Formats: sequence, structure tokens, C-alpha cells
Amino acid sequence: MNNMLRELYQETILDHNRHPHNYQHKPTGANRCAHGYNPICGDELTLYLTVENGVIEDLGFDGHGCAISIASASLMTEALKGKQVEEAEQLFNKMHELLTTEQSPANVSDVGKLKVLQGVRIYPMRVKCATLAWHTLQAALHQTDEPVTTE
Amino acid sequence: MNFHPMAETSFPVQQIRRDFPILDQMINGYPLAYLDNAASSQKPLAVISAIDHCYRHDYANVHRGIHALSERSTAAFEAARHKVQTFINAASEKEIIFVRGTTEAINLVAQSYARPLLQPGDEIIITAMEHHSNIVPWQLVCEQTGAKLKVVAINEVGELDMEQMISCLNDRSRLLALTHISNVLGTINPIVDIITLAHKHGIAVLVDGAQAVPHLTLDVQALDCDFYAFSGHKMYGPSGIGILYGKRELLEDMPPYHGGGQMIQTVSFEKSTYAELPHKFEAGTPHIAGAIGLGAAIDYLNEIGMQFIAAHEDRLLDYASEALAEIKGLRITGQAKAKSSIVSFVIDGIHPHDIATVLDQLGIAVRAGHHCAMPLIKYLGVIATTRASFALYNTTDEIDRLVQGLEKAKALLA
Ligand SMILES: Cc1ncc(COP(=O)(O)O)c(C=O)c1O
Repeated sequence: MNNMLRELYQETILDHNRHPHNYQHKPTGANRCAHGYNPICGDELTLYLTVENGVIEDLGFDGHGCAISIASASLMTEALKGKQVEEAEQLFNKMHELLTTEQSPANVSDVGKLKVLQGVRIYPMRVKCATLAWHTLQAALHQTDEPVTTE
Repeated sequence: MNFHPMAETSFPVQQIRRDFPILDQMINGYPLAYLDNAASSQKPLAVISAIDHCYRHDYANVHRGIHALSERSTAAFEAARHKVQTFINAASEKEIIFVRGTTEAINLVAQSYARPLLQPGDEIIITAMEHHSNIVPWQLVCEQTGAKLKVVAINEVGELDMEQMISCLNDRSRLLALTHISNVLGTINPIVDIITLAHKHGIAVLVDGAQAVPHLTLDVQALDCDFYAFSGHKMYGPSGIGILYGKRELLEDMPPYHGGGQMIQTVSFEKSTYAELPHKFEAGTPHIAGAIGLGAAIDYLNEIGMQFIAAHEDRLLDYASEALAEIKGLRITGQAKAKSSIVSFVIDGIHPHDIATVLDQLGIAVRAGHHCAMPLIKYLGVIATTRASFALYNTTDEIDRLVQGLEKAKALLA
């Protein structure tokens, strides 16, 4: 198999796509929710969070999309469980940098397992697949009522 | 290039490929297999050279200057109109309006034909397989006038539900707008029958011919359609140029769509009078080189012969349909009896975008998504499809590579 493809579709991504974590999981007591949509490809994502005292106690998502967007949402929910909202915001910023800047940032290890997604950077049409979950997270944390889109 | 009448199997596809310089390149280490022709097709040297020649030797504004270049440009521009007229067998050059593309042609009819006609409660009829460009202009005009939009359903194989079509046509119907060939399903609609039916009820018909013109021999007089819209870029011509064909008596009665230069006879601040057809609908400086390029594309198609192109594409469609059906877990969306060389499909457990990315890595260009037909995609009960669409320069080898690529995508992602 072509190396470029392996670089994009890392084993971890394929695993999370086949068996997404926190998928179709709506935590009891969920008090934040946002809907994300990528009009270009039709990927849709609903994110539920239970936030108490500034901590993301639990979260889950629902929806459909390509392997990149499902894996990204799965990895994100896994990474954020138990994190403080502030930490989540920091991670958002780091992921944004990781996925959208041309050069790989020096401190990629900061994002841990999430770094498997960095392969999308060279596929401009696919970056939005990876960022959809993160934009939806932002909307949920800030509780904007508008559905978020990647546009 | 000089083609002779050829036997079915001797379509000179390799020779034709050499007419399209863009095809001769490597993508991600593989020869390009361009299978996204329903989105836009590539351009032969004849078209590229015609545009080049226009800008190098003949370019000036049309219908204005009293000088050599303007005369040459005008002659070439009007010659292109004449080529379009002959290509679709329109009765008069006055019925050939240069527009930007199918989208603009449909908007023009919606605003200049339908809008003045529509009363609250009147009905516009479209079908479930329309491109957004044959949905949204009608929604806009319905909002403006209080008319209603009715949608004719399709059956499981992707053909129009003719019974529903018949029951939709009534004395409130003002216009039927439908596609000749579906850009997602490939279905070729029985538009002759449909137009006859609509006319029995006194309903005008607009045909969206964006997908049909590059594949079929067209005769708008035989069809008896009232309007026919198509784009240059899907028929090997430039983008930014397209055609609205309309019956002269309808066009004569319609108000202009855009106001500006070229479309007037006299202008005063009190009142302007409009130019004759077709210029009444061509406000402003047109896409001169684009029209000339479109004319060159038509010459090119005529040289090869539309019937031979259609036969070649039919063979590709049959070959692809059989080969794809062999892939486990793959379902072709759109199995109409009359079909053009467009194959949309879904594969269990793999998202079309991932399929398209894998194929791209193997040098194969396809389209993945909703193909600007979101209502249809929803109707089909899928999220998106992958679409391979074939043109006169495609080969069965390329289809073999598509099949191998899909097997790779399955191995990687399923
Ligand atoms: C069936 C159909 N109608 C209309 C259009 C719109 O054509 P254009 O974008 O050239 O205006 C397309 C092109 O995608 C099409 O396939």
C-alpha cells in the first residue's frame, strides 16, 4: 500500500473509525450539546457533554462521516474525558495548529495520541473532516445556539 | 484529425487521448485516470488553440468597434452561435442565448419567463433527481410569487414515477423543469414523452441538458422543448460559457434578465428599448473567447461524430457496471434501463470521501459527496455516493484500475 495513504490512515485512525469510542453515547445529565455540519461533504456530528464545576465529566457523540472525522471525534472524546474546560480549550488550540499549519509544530507530543491526525495537513480537502469535532466542541463549550459548520 | 466512419470496436480512443494534453500526466506516481467528467470534462487541443488564437490574433470587444479586430471577434463569436444552433438543431440563431452556464440559463427562465406569469397557488413541477441549479431558482421564484413547487418522485431503480408525473400536471401547473440526464444516477429521462404530455396540458417545459449535451445527439425541434439549458465546460469547452435555448415566440415575449450594454436599442433616462433577440438577453461584454472555444468544442465533437461517442461511452458504462457489480459490498445507486455513462455507488462501511482519497493516491479522479443534489441523496437513503463518470477519452483499462483501487480501499478501510 502506498506510503502516503498509510501516513494518512494510520492504524489508530482505522481502529477508531471501525470502533469509535463514546459513539452513540449520550451521557446522563448531559448539559451541553452542539451540532456540527460540514456542508461540503455532509458530515454531521452531535456532541454531548456533562460539564460540572468546570470539568468535563463525560461526553459522547453521534452522527456520520468519513474515517477521518469519525476517528477525530472518537479520539477527541477519549482525550477530553475528565479534563478541565480550560485544558480542553488549550487542546483545541494545539489541535488547530497541528491540523492547519504547514509545518508540524515542534511540540506535537503535547497532544499525545491525537498526533496521529497530523497526516491530514497535506490534504487541504480533508482538514475540515478532522477539525469538525473540535469546532463542535468549541460551540458546545461556549453554548452558541447556532449549529456550527466548518465554513 | 480526420475520422472515417468506424466500426463499433474501432473507436480511436488512443488517438483521441492525444488530443487532450492534460491526460498525459502522472498523479501521485500513476498515470492520471480522469473519471470525473460529469463535474467537468477536459479540453482538446482544438479548444485550447481556438482560445489561444482568439487572444493572440483576433481579440476585441464584439458588436461595438468599427475596426478590424472587433469585426473579426464579432464574426467568430457569431459563428460560434451558429455552430451551437446547428449542433442542437434550433430553428434560428435568435434562439441561442449565450449565458455563463446551465445555472444562469435556468435562473434566466425562472425570472424572465416564470416570474411574470406566476400567480399565488400556481405550480412549478420539478423532479426528485434535480441538481441544485434546477431546484433553487424555482424556490426563489415561488417565494417571490406565492407559487408552489411540486416534486415528482423516482422509483427504486432511479427512474421517474410517470404515474405521479401525470397526476401532478393540472390546470395550476405553469412550468415543468426537469433534467435530461441525472448527474447522480445517470438516468436518461424519457423527455420526448414527458414534453408531449406536458404540452397536452399547455405546460411549458425546461430541460436541464447539462449532462446530456456531451453524450447524445440533440434536436431541440424534434424534442419540442420550450427551453433547453447547458454548459460549455461539460462538453469539452471552456467554463464560464453556456447556452439557453428557448423557442423564439417565448423569448420574444420575455422581459430582459439583466440590464446593461449590448441588450439595448436606445437608452434615455425616461425609457430604454431593448435589442432584438438574442442580444436582449446578453447584457454586458460576453465571454467572447469562451463562446469561440465552445464553437471549437462543437466542431471537435462533430468531427468524431456524436453517435460514435455515445456508442463508446455505452460500452464503457456496460463494462463498468459489470465490473463494479463484482465487488462485494458495492451497490450501484441508479439502475435505470436507459442510462448514460455515470455510475454512482456506495460500499458498505466505507465513506465515499475515504474512497476518493484512496483513488486519488492511485491517480484516479472521481467525485465523492452529494453532487449538488442533496434532496436526491437523502431520497436514496445514503449520506453520499462515489461517482465515476466516463467521457469519450476514457478506456476500459482505466475502469480496471478503478476496480483495483476500490479493492485496495476496501482492504485498507473496511
Ligand atoms: C444536471 C446538472 N444540472 C446543472 C448543472 C449546473 O451546471 P453549471 O454549474 O455549469 O451551471 C450541473 C453541473 O454540475 C448538472 O450536472
